[in-house]
Amino acid sequence: MSLDDQNDAAFHEDIIKEVLAQYPDKAAKKRARHLNVIKSDEEAGSSSCGVKSNVKSVPGVMTIRGCAYAGSKGVVWGPVKDMLHISHGPVGCGQYSWSQRRNYFTGTVGIDSFVTMQITSDFQERDIVFGGDKNLDKMIDELNGLFPLNNGISVQSECPIGLIGDDIEAVAKKKNKDLGKPVVPVRCEGFRGVSQSLGHHIANDAIRDWVFDKTSPEWETGPYDVNLIADYNIGGDAWPSRRLLEEMGLRVIGSWSGDATLAEMERAPKARLNLIHCYRSMNYICRHMEEKYNIPWVEYNFFGPSQIAKSLRKIASHFDETIQQKAEEVIAKYQPLVDAVLAKYKSRLEGKKVMLYVGGLRPRHVADAYDDLGMNIVGTGYEFAHNDDYQRTTDYLKDGTLIYDDVSGYELEKFIEKIRPDLVGSGIKEKYATQKMGVPFRQMHSWDYSGPYHGYDGFAIFARDMDMAINSPVWSKFKAPWKVA
Amino acid sequence: MPRQIAFYGKGGIGKSTTSQNTLAALVDMGQKILIVGCDPKADSTRLILNTKLQDTVLHLAAKAGSVEDLELEDVMKVGYKGIKCTEAGGPEPGVGCAGRGVITAINFLEENGAYDDVDYVSYDVLGDVVCGGFAMPIRENKAQEIYIVMSGEMMALFAANNIAKGILKYAGSGGVRLGGLICNERQTDRELELAEALAARINTKLIHFVPRDNVVQHAELRRQTVIQYKPDCQQAEEYRQLATKIHANCGKGTIPSPISMEELEDMLIEFGIMKTEEQQLAELAGKEASLCSAG
Repeated sequence: MSLDDQNDAAFHEDIIKEVLAQYPDKAAKKRARHLNVIKSDEEAGSSSCGVKSNVKSVPGVMTIRGCAYAGSKGVVWGPVKDMLHISHGPVGCGQYSWSQRRNYFTGTVGIDSFVTMQITSDFQERDIVFGGDKNLDKMIDELNGLFPLNNGISVQSECPIGLIGDDIEAVAKKKNKDLGKPVVPVRCEGFRGVSQSLGHHIANDAIRDWVFDKTSPEWETGPYDVNLIADYNIGGDAWPSRRLLEEMGLRVIGSWSGDATLAEMERAPKARLNLIHCYRSMNYICRHMEEKYNIPWVEYNFFGPSQIAKSLRKIASHFDETIQQKAEEVIAKYQPLVDAVLAKYKSRLEGKKVMLYVGGLRPRHVADAYDDLGMNIVGTGYEFAHNDDYQRTTDYLKDGTLIYDDVSGYELEKFIEKIRPDLVGSGIKEKYATQKMGVPFRQMHSWDYSGPYHGYDGFAIFARDMDMAINSPVWSKFKAPWKVA
Repeated sequence: MPRQIAFYGKGGIGKSTTSQNTLAALVDMGQKILIVGCDPKADSTRLILNTKLQDTVLHLAAKAGSVEDLELEDVMKVGYKGIKCTEAGGPEPGVGCAGRGVITAINFLEENGAYDDVDYVSYDVLGDVVCGGFAMPIRENKAQEIYIVMSGEMMALFAANNIAKGILKYAGSGGVRLGGLICNERQTDRELELAEALAARINTKLIHFVPRDNVVQHAELRRQTVIQYKPDCQQAEEYRQLATKIHANCGKGTIPSPISMEELEDMLIEFGIMKTEEQQLAELAGKEASLCSAG
């Protein structure tokens, strides 16, 4: 990666000042700590990009963040396909998260897989006043009758559960005995924490407390058993990832939690190594498995050929020479594909400026995939990252790159307007506002209904999609408002 | 519009007993009354109805499905001399949200015309203002006058001051006022003086000092008010006086000026109820000295 190049630090510092000038003093002071320009020569704070993170959003600004329930039900638990996930509380939280993210899975919905179904206890006034525990008990029985092939049930708490102190743990224990299946209570009430991030943590803890060591899975550990952790199989991402690992001779015994079964989670402590993709959402359970079961973990990145090769070698270094040899073979095998992709797209994308604003991983993880295509990240930021994520970010980015943590709608719009990148990668809430500014856009949460983007196959799709967005003929028909005058 | 009053106070202070006796005296004065019990224990109407416990709005609603499935007649019972009685009710201890229950029940009663054709609506509210739900009766368009039942005991005084804080919070927006303190005698030291002093400090008055009399317990065992059980006794007269004073107190409520914890403690020290730290230390030293000499 060409870290020798630089982004325009002085210009970025100026636009931060300009943006902050619009805020009242107190808000400006708070937001100033979340906006920065990367400078490697500066000692202080540069290891964490010099921004403060994982704190409460400033009141009155539009933040893109979600809640703890979104972090648990929407991210960690929801994709576990053979479990029924109850949105416990009033109907809205479940209704508006219906269908889940694009967590692909195999199986038949309503028979043995339930990811895209929406199950809610639909709290009424009566449940608030008298407690929802009786209802929950009954509902679990009914669900088990309706969907007998479920392998377990999770209870995802909405806000009122915590407010009225409903004892979902007691119900879970009782129903676990009644049904002989795991029933997992998750205390992910939306008001907890500052973003969805705490929901990930709470969900991880629920796996630790309510799944691990509750059963004794019959599993004979092989020498190359690994878990693929925190790949949610968005648009099928986990599948090419799994294929790469299998091609290099590893046995993937668990895919968390994209396309996951409960059994895969139960037997996870039997693996030799944990491979973690989204560090932010599942580092907690990896650390726990390391402490309790002595399973080391390694972070990897399957976006773009340079990171894929780096990651395959890093993973292989934890195994014997056979695996290391095979990893090299895999890298060599896909080199022609990489060359073909680059031959087709690089000339069309080279030098293009990209701004990103995504969740807790991709703002850094996709940077080198863009770089492989000759594109340049000029600004990036996370919704809900912590300090350790920003520490991991500096390696990926050039000096002078604009960093924005928990960016507000106003700030991002201003940054885009000033920088005028060739592409913005963010979410559905940013998409249309950006396109109306005449700037090409790709959704980087859902892959804009495309994907997978992981692995070598994914890179080809990624390159095609970025080209499609940037070089679409539509932009030549588009007179941007600021160009009219 | 009926005159809406509410009785608040520390748990176990005798709110329900005092309020029911006072309301029984008021009905004797020709007033039409509705009682809204806002305590999950649902014991705000038993002396009026001469029954064990009344079916509550929330329990009937839970049975029927929701409050929309109830009729006013289902939840309103008529007791002593035509006093209309309702109980909000609530969950069993330790589950659900009783505060939300109070809000639900009061809205139901109001929407279904329970407040029509009465002179007084009286709320009897659980111990302390523990959450927003129990403050419902002092919010906009609900009780205009609050009567705090207290005694000379320290915790009762703390509670009274806290309730005054709750009233102050809503005094601006809803026009709720503090009607006064009702001291339910516990025979503590300098009780009357202390009650009057607290009333003065928080900008209200001691509306009546109700002496302790065992006849209240005798009547209660029979599920009756003193007014009904022994109308000619002195205690019945006390409640009649209290009722007369409350009736005459219309529109004379004040915005309370609750005091800080420190001020309250200083006041108690002044009255000899609480000891200063120096006094406590001196006493401890004395005790230890006597122990040593004995040893």
